[in-house]
Amino acid sequence: MKPQLSPLARGLFACAGVIFVAAVADAALHDLLAQNPFGAPRPAQAAEPEAGGVIGWLLAKQSEFYRQMSSTIRAAKSDGSAVWTLLFISFAYGIFHAAGPGHGKAVIASYLVANRETARRGIALSFASALMQSLVAILIVGISAWVLNATAKTMCKAEGAIEIASYALIALFGVRLVWVKGRTFVRALQAAQPVPAIAGVPHDHDHHHHHDAHDHHGHDHHDHAHHDHGHDHVHDEHCGHSHGPTPSELAGPGGWRRGFAAILTVGIRPCSGAILVLVFALAQGLFWAGIAATFLMGLGTAITVAAIAVIAVSAKGIAARLSAGRDGGGALFMRGIEFGAAALVLLFGAGLLFGYIAAERTTCF
Amino acid sequence: MGMRALFGLLLAAVMTFAAGAASAHPHVWITATSELLYAEDGSITGVRHAWTFDDMFSAYAVQGLESKTKGAYTREELVPLAQTNVESLKEYAYFTFARADGKKERFNEPVDYFLDYKDTVLTLHFTLPLKNPVKPKQLVLEVFDRSFFIDFQMAKDNPVKLVGAPAGCQMKLDRPSDGTATAQKLNEQTFMDGPNANFGMMFANKITVDCP
Repeated sequence: MKPQLSPLARGLFACAGVIFVAAVADAALHDLLAQNPFGAPRPAQAAEPEAGGVIGWLLAKQSEFYRQMSSTIRAAKSDGSAVWTLLFISFAYGIFHAAGPGHGKAVIASYLVANRETARRGIALSFASALMQSLVAILIVGISAWVLNATAKTMCKAEGAIEIASYALIALFGVRLVWVKGRTFVRALQAAQPVPAIAGVPHDHDHHHHHDAHDHHGHDHHDHAHHDHGHDHVHDEHCGHSHGPTPSELAGPGGWRRGFAAILTVGIRPCSGAILVLVFALAQGLFWAGIAATFLMGLGTAITVAAIAVIAVSAKGIAARLSAGRDGGGALFMRGIEFGAAALVLLFGAGLLFGYIAAERTTCF
Repeated sequence: MGMRALFGLLLAAVMTFAAGAASAHPHVWITATSELLYAEDGSITGVRHAWTFDDMFSAYAVQGLESKTKGAYTREELVPLAQTNVESLKEYAYFTFARADGKKERFNEPVDYFLDYKDTVLTLHFTLPLKNPVKPKQLVLEVFDRSFFIDFQMAKDNPVKLVGAPAGCQMKLDRPSDGTATAQKLNEQTFMDGPNANFGMMFANKITVDCP
């Protein structure tokens, strides 16, 4: 095992480094996008909390965009062109705001890493879940406030129920991922044990099971022919980098069904900001402007989440390349990452469900 | 070896989540004025708050409420909402934290609470009686939301009043924006310490009263 330690450790550091870079890039992206103020005026009353660092700045920026929404909706009542400003602000807000855990950025990224998904699918998932999030917000306010004229208290209860349901969904989703990925990881661990050269039997057995695990996700083993059976016990190093779904899988019904759980899990919970904007717009008699703003927020959110998704997938790709072709320790490493990502979804869901992770609170008071 | 990989991954993940959690930002803005209430013997009996919500949240809060005049709500019409407000605030300890000479003090449930609706915004008035009236040399009162869902700003004019305080008491207000309210500076390290632990602390309004 000793000689494997160095490449593994290197892979480990590389991966941690890549994820760190991703986090920094995330912030930098916000930075970049924010330097375009969309010609919107700064609110006069803005005495933003002076917090240092990129995060503090981000917070201030989000608040700024958000606070401009109410005045812009008011302005739109008499001046139609203010609607364009509203749309710009909503879009910018969405881009900034997507960093929050409530938007499922972490869930999508973890899901993609755990499931060996492509960047393209990551982008598709991000947009689909953001669209669903917008629709849920519009439906909640449309039905409860507009049609039923329910009070904030009632709406809040509905939001609260959806919130709990969404956390439970994330946890369930995590349980499923952990189950599937845990089995694969355990097998990779077993495969990594240095077994004396009785190649045939344990090898075939192992191989068979791996096949099972992949089928579960609709992956094709294109390169089985390349496996030199009996040559190397830890043959599954190939798994890490050669099982991306084919384009037909992406478009096919199975492809979407596979991602649907992720879309539902992330998209079912609307953002409190969108709900507030919608109710406010409704009160101003400009519900349609609120709906438009919600969709633009969703679009902005989707772009940020998609960027994170692409970074997560690329980071994993880099880790896979760095650790590949090194005695199979690399394969074990990749299975470990996938299992870890799956565990993370579960931890995240459970944490939210039991209140250990403070997500964006529902406005209930 | 798998453990090492997992450990590394978890570490990175915790960082990501910490950053994510920290990105929560306020959805409700409150402009607050607070009065410190003193008894005749010079002890502090409680705090009286008046919290004015931003117009977006105000519109949300009055959604679906019945009123005689459209777009106007009387104090009576807002009674149920005020009731809900103070009941819900309990969970958050009324966002009000008092220390008398360094010792934490607790509050009883609010009394004399009502809502006003004026110029499209709601103002919540309520009095928080101290469980045990205290007569400290120094009282520190902080008003903030730990999770920063609500952004508290003390009003520009007369943010804090001492009602019936003994002569010689000095009041000092540290607003979050002038950076003196918190000794700890906001940085990435702050978010590594526990899940979102004292995130809102950075945005605390700190009222300090020193009495001779």
